[in-house]
Amino acid sequence: MSDRLLEIRNLKVTFGGLDALSGLDFDVDEGEIVSVIGPNGAGKTTFFNLISGLVAPTEGEILFEGDSIVGLDPSIVTSLGIARTFQNVRLFPNMTILENVMVAQHCRTSQLVFGALMQTKAFKQEEREIRERAEEVLGFFGHRLVGYRMDQPAFALSYANRRRLEIARAMATQPRLLLLDEPVAGMNPMETAELTALIGRLRTEWGFTIIMIEHDMKVVRDVSDRVVVLDHGVPIAQGSYDEVSTNPDVVEAYLGRPVEAKR
Amino acid sequence: MNLRTASIPASPVDQDWRHVARWGVICGLVLVGLCLVGMPVELDKRAIIERYLSLGYVFVLIVPIIMGYVSATLVRLEGVENRQQGAFDLVTGFVVGLIGGGLLSLFMVALDSWNLRDPLVNWSPKLFRFLTYENGMGFGAVAWLSTCAVLGLIGASLHVVPALVRRAVSFTVLGLLFLSILEGAIDDLLEGFGLESLADWIYAKKGGLTPTSTIVVGLVIAVVSLVTRGQVKAATTRYREMEGAERQKASMLLFVVVAALCVVLPIFLGKIMNELLANVGIFLLLALGLNIVVGLAGLLDLGYVAFFAVGGYTTAVLTSPNSPWFAPELHFSVTLVFVVLAAALTGLLIGAPVIRMRGDYLAIVTLGFGEIIRLLFMSDWLGPYFGGAQGITNIPGVDLGFATVKGTDPRSVFYLVLVFCAIAIYTSWRLQASRLGRAWMAIREDEQVAEAMGINTVNAKLMAFVVGAVLASFSGAVLAAKVGSVFPTSFMILVSIIILVVVIVGGMGNIAGVMVGSFVLIGVLGGPKQPGLLQEFQNFKLLIYGILLVFMMLKRPEGLVPSARRTRELHQEEFLQDAWIKGDKLDSDDEDDEDDGGAEPSVAPAAMSGGGEGGEEE
Repeated sequence: MSDRLLEIRNLKVTFGGLDALSGLDFDVDEGEIVSVIGPNGAGKTTFFNLISGLVAPTEGEILFEGDSIVGLDPSIVTSLGIARTFQNVRLFPNMTILENVMVAQHCRTSQLVFGALMQTKAFKQEEREIRERAEEVLGFFGHRLVGYRMDQPAFALSYANRRRLEIARAMATQPRLLLLDEPVAGMNPMETAELTALIGRLRTEWGFTIIMIEHDMKVVRDVSDRVVVLDHGVPIAQGSYDEVSTNPDVVEAYLGRPVEAKR
Repeated sequence: MNLRTASIPASPVDQDWRHVARWGVICGLVLVGLCLVGMPVELDKRAIIERYLSLGYVFVLIVPIIMGYVSATLVRLEGVENRQQGAFDLVTGFVVGLIGGGLLSLFMVALDSWNLRDPLVNWSPKLFRFLTYENGMGFGAVAWLSTCAVLGLIGASLHVVPALVRRAVSFTVLGLLFLSILEGAIDDLLEGFGLESLADWIYAKKGGLTPTSTIVVGLVIAVVSLVTRGQVKAATTRYREMEGAERQKASMLLFVVVAALCVVLPIFLGKIMNELLANVGIFLLLALGLNIVVGLAGLLDLGYVAFFAVGGYTTAVLTSPNSPWFAPELHFSVTLVFVVLAAALTGLLIGAPVIRMRGDYLAIVTLGFGEIIRLLFMSDWLGPYFGGAQGITNIPGVDLGFATVKGTDPRSVFYLVLVFCAIAIYTSWRLQASRLGRAWMAIREDEQVAEAMGINTVNAKLMAFVVGAVLASFSGAVLAAKVGSVFPTSFMILVSIIILVVVIVGGMGNIAGVMVGSFVLIGVLGGPKQPGLLQEFQNFKLLIYGILLVFMMLKRPEGLVPSARRTRELHQEEFLQDAWIKGDKLDSDDEDDEDDGGAEPSVAPAAMSGGGEGGEEE
């Protein structure tokens, strides 16, 4: 598994004099699950915003499958095969669950005004495919998002199901790289365990490469091949969960320096 | 008067007099305001009941009744939630009317003593004569005090009497009012069906109902209202509770009935009514186009009239022999191709620079572009091409071989515009359920996320602009053929605003809503230059538009006939509660895989809307 999917070189971004991220080097291979952890304000979500094109880097390079994606519109980044979820669940609340997933296939489909007005064969065929794919993606989460729920507005969903729908929506864009921003935040232990298993299946069954931001260390330990620790915009450790969790710098970043070591 | 601490009030004295006083003052201010606006005097010419009652007096007299009723319904005793209806209400209504009448009397005194005609145009002896009934100050004051008090009492008693009586009375009064106000339309309709004698019997020669017909028709309406009691409501609730296929069927049936009416009715209608319908059609077409731009894609376009103008001018240049620069005198059908092209091009030209803006910015910039287009057509610079302020005249009608569509035959214009409306309705309906329609919805919900989900928002929004532009240009083409000339003044900013009001009041995002909106606003009140059914209201049209818009925004922001989606959007809590009460299988957090019976809408919807643009950082 040495196929480089994502390469990040010396990535830096500055918000009004504050370095949100400085000098990040980072590689992800095809089929990996990498966790990004770090205390609040470490620059994790900024990191996602940079990859998905919502924020432009001050300097540095992001290569996806060998090509630079810096400065591309988010929609183009998505069509190249990078999909993301949002930390503060951002669904289309007044669209139905089915529509939420259908609309995410926009960049994989092509019918415009003419097809819709003339109801051409190609249009009907495409609509059918969009719907089938949407149902398939929703079906991945068991019975939770299918059936009568498909026609309910997204705002009627419970919190955990909104998170699931966010993942489903990202899956529907048919990505190669999936960016999950705190997928289990706010879930109870049972739901967390269930979603942890699903994240593993996302790789094995759907073939996604996954970068995940997560605060729940149990989830991080269970699914990730590799862990990257960010603190104040700087990567302070990389490696397997066990290596990272015992790294003194990481402990310090989370808990502070022990008193006796302060001199 | 410390009423807030009073525990359980026992007598009318304990009523919250402040509320009563407030409603009384509101009542008085509305009365004085109406007088100052000039409504009563202006509408005094129009008779409602021959010799007895004019529309002007109706407008003054109805205020205390409404205020009395409203205050009786709203004024609550402190600390008591559900109050018994009774004498308190009557007292409330009476006092509200009395205060209102008192203020009106004070106004009369002021009217008599000072001359403020300079800033207030309607501060005239004519108004004074109207108010005093030409019987002098003393008589007027006493008359208004007692009349308003009694009317307030009547209004309040409507609240106290059983619902049955209330229904009968209000239906009768409103029915008679409508019958009389819509005299022109009904007269025309009856004549079309060969019922002139009935029309002659109902209406007096000089306008208004005759006293006998008032009584007879009033009784008929009262009886009908009692017989049909509850049935309309039952039907609408039944319709609302239908689901899926059944509802679709009902909607289809309703649509077919309306469509059939649209085709058949004009045959029986006279020229005036057909003219009116043609105007409604032209504005409906505009509103349907704007509905796609605003209702579906969420782009607030205040310069929509630009595309209307482009359609009109393209048609004028290509068909009129009087076109100053280039006059190929093409046939209307050929012109349409160029109209579409010109509109699409204008849509792209205007859209491209402004489309990256959001919300208010987009509204302001499109507003500017709308005016720019009009000023360009008006300018001396383009004068040699488009005729400047003189416009382009002598545009021929549409020659269809078997008939010619032209302004002198409004029925044909209506049929022409009906065809275009059908196209517009079909377009909106099909686009709504397509890839593009979904993309528009997503953009309306959250543009940034839509972009992150792979939607090229610039392209999608441009597409909405262009589709809207083409529909508006059709409307412009029909207008040019109907009127036979185009002038820059036909494309004022007011047109944009009125169409927007039509869409909002009718029900944004809903085709049926937009149809109702244009019938009610353009048909009844009239368009920017076109008279409606209520020709007497011509001068107050914009005032009524404004009041209506404010009222709708406060009381029913989703419009007269709202789309299901928009209702849900504006009433998320209610939706969740309704679903919960109905025992609907809504979502719950703590459900187990084997048990799906949870029926708890557990998360407040507010959590969802809190997303916002910034604040991404953890």
